[in-house]
Amino acid sequence: MEKRKYMNPYLAGTLLGFVLLSAMFLSGRGLGASGGIKYAMVAIVGAVDKDHAMESPYYSKYFENGESPLKNWLALEVFGMVLGGFISGAISHRLKFKVEKSPKITTRKRLLFAFFGGVFFVYGAQLARGCTSGAALSGMAVLSVAGFVTMVAIFGSAYLFAWFFRSLWI
Amino acid sequence: MGPLSIISEFPEWLNLLIALFIGVGFGFALEQAGFSSSRRLAGMFYGYDTTVLKVFFTAAIVALVGSQLLSFFGLLNLKLVYVNPYYMNATIIGGVIMGAGFIMGGYCPGTGISALSIGKIDAMIFLLGGLVGAFLFAETSPYIQTIFLGNYKGAMRIDEWMGVSTGVFTFILIVAAVFLFWLSELAEKRFSRPEITSEI
Repeated sequence: MEKRKYMNPYLAGTLLGFVLLSAMFLSGRGLGASGGIKYAMVAIVGAVDKDHAMESPYYSKYFENGESPLKNWLALEVFGMVLGGFISGAISHRLKFKVEKSPKITTRKRLLFAFFGGVFFVYGAQLARGCTSGAALSGMAVLSVAGFVTMVAIFGSAYLFAWFFRSLWI
Repeated sequence: MGPLSIISEFPEWLNLLIALFIGVGFGFALEQAGFSSSRRLAGMFYGYDTTVLKVFFTAAIVALVGSQLLSFFGLLNLKLVYVNPYYMNATIIGGVIMGAGFIMGGYCPGTGISALSIGKIDAMIFLLGGLVGAFLFAETSPYIQTIFLGNYKGAMRIDEWMGVSTGVFTFILIVAAVFLFWLSELAEKRFSRPEITSEI
């Protein structure tokens, strides 16, 4: 079947805004994404090398209550995101395994840069205490200076580096 | 009166169930917006597709105005809603590192998860890199505490920092957003790439 067009951006933004407002009204917090990745990583480290996890002050705080680090608001929210994205992809006929890239570059190159992009992004998100969702978007909705500064820093930096990486995209 | 889970002291299972449903809405909205496409997201930085800006600012303003209205009518206690603390050094340096990751990988964590959910293999590799990035942060965190904690300013609010009322700041933000929407429409015409936009 022909894949359907994306939603109008202002309508999609309004929908996203109501989701964020629901998180604030129901749970007193914003949305998040990189935090969920962190909890997944902590759970993996805990499963692979429990001794290392318990010795390190960074990891041990997530095991203090004796429960899985995945039994957590953000981890569950990220699990829900995968479900929600899947439902959206299914109704708009966009479910398909593929590597999305410019035809001018190889799959290998795309995946290599995707990997390092992920390393950089989540490292930066841990440092800044949140990513585009948790720090920038949610932060702006509660008027936090951190939210606005994160937004400007992420987008400003991406514009700055865009020239160097233009062959990946255009 | 909200936030419901705090004021009504919801049990943990109910909080986690709410988290799951919020996540479903979040993932659905991102995918419908087309944030599951790295080439669409990257368009923001080359001008041929500015969906990111439109969705991002619309969402922030809807949540901001919505929460202010709920607070005004006594339905939401904003003092109980989390305000991100501002650690100036970590926020700026972290933000710059994130921007570099964005242009290399084509995703941010949220949009990467959205793309993974419809089967994008590049997004799966991006998130694998993300796990490695989180691991590297955990392992290096003892050595970067001066950056991580430097110039702590507390849960600082931008309207208070600028010395204007919340309403005035919200109005300024809406005017700025409308201006940016207009600019982004111009950019899409000026930097149009029909060969890319027809594929995404």
